Amino acid sequence: MKICEILAVLNARLLTPDADLEVDVHAACGSDMMSDVLAYVKDQGVLLTGLNNPQVVRTADMMDMVCIVFVRGKMPGEAILELAAARDIAVLTTDQTMFSACGLLYEKGLRGGTSHV
Amino acid sequence: MSEAITLRYTVPGDDFTRAGEASADVKRNLKRMGVDREAVRKAAIALYEGEINLAIHAGGGEITVTLTPDTIVMLLEDHGPGIPDISLAMSEGWSTAPDEVRSLGFGAGMGLPNMKKYSDRFDIQSTVGVGTTIRMEVDLA
Ligand SMILES: Nc1ncnc2c1ncn2[C@@H]1O[C@H](COP(=O)(O)OP(=O)(O)O)[C@@H](O)[C@H]1O
Ligand SMILES: [Mg+2]
Repeated sequence: MKICEILAVLNARLLTPDADLEVDVHAACGSDMMSDVLAYVKDQGVLLTGLNNPQVVRTADMMDMVCIVFVRGKMPGEAILELAAARDIAVLTTDQTMFSACGLLYEKGLRGGTSHV
Repeated sequence: MSEAITLRYTVPGDDFTRAGEASADVKRNLKRMGVDREAVRKAAIALYEGEINLAIHAGGGEITVTLTPDTIVMLLEDHGPGIPDISLAMSEGWSTAPDEVRSLGFGAGMGLPNMKKYSDRFDIQSTVGVGTTIRMEVDLA
């Protein structure tokens, strides 16, 4: 699923205007606990989270993730957006709850991804 | 590459928002040097968890990363409170992190287990009142 499709499915807003929306996302992960995200490697992943701090971007960066979706209308600050843009990570925000956002993406065929180390 | 390359960082103990900067820099450097992508990712994740622990549990510490022709060696040293029961600390889900750390997305008690999982060799030494030293190695493919 491409980032532009995630944008449409979640009726989300793009917060990093220079992001490449044609990038393919292969797996998704929804969590507010970063160590849970770090426990499983997902290639070309999207991270859905309600957590709003720079460690979200650091975690996504460590995991080579390509997109972060802030749920429940969370608006990350400038510093977070700059950090993400510098790492070519697209940042989206949606009014959907975590449960609904994950459900909508799952319905469209996106899966959790389980490739272990 | 014939000689070892060493990277050193001091992790502050009072600024959680900066925790992860060292790991990100290590990742960037290793990638630029053309080190195997999978090894870099494993090393970066393990180091990031360790760096977070230095910031939240140890009041800061030192990170030394050495790249040899076949291994990424990561040393984390602190003079924090130490760990009374290492096998308990190593178990999944065990954490002494306060709620404020949990509200920042850490403190799930998965850090040390993740560090062990992502490294090919993992060694932890800790003395209460003296500090903790962790050595992790990730082999290059
Ligand atoms: N460098 C350290 N110095 C002192 N205590 C530590 C250190 N690293 C880990 N610990 C202890 O081990 C526990 C488990 O660590 P970890 O698995 O990373 O989980 P978490 O950081 O989520 O609590 C911590 O809650 C803490 O009590
Ligand atoms: Mg930890």
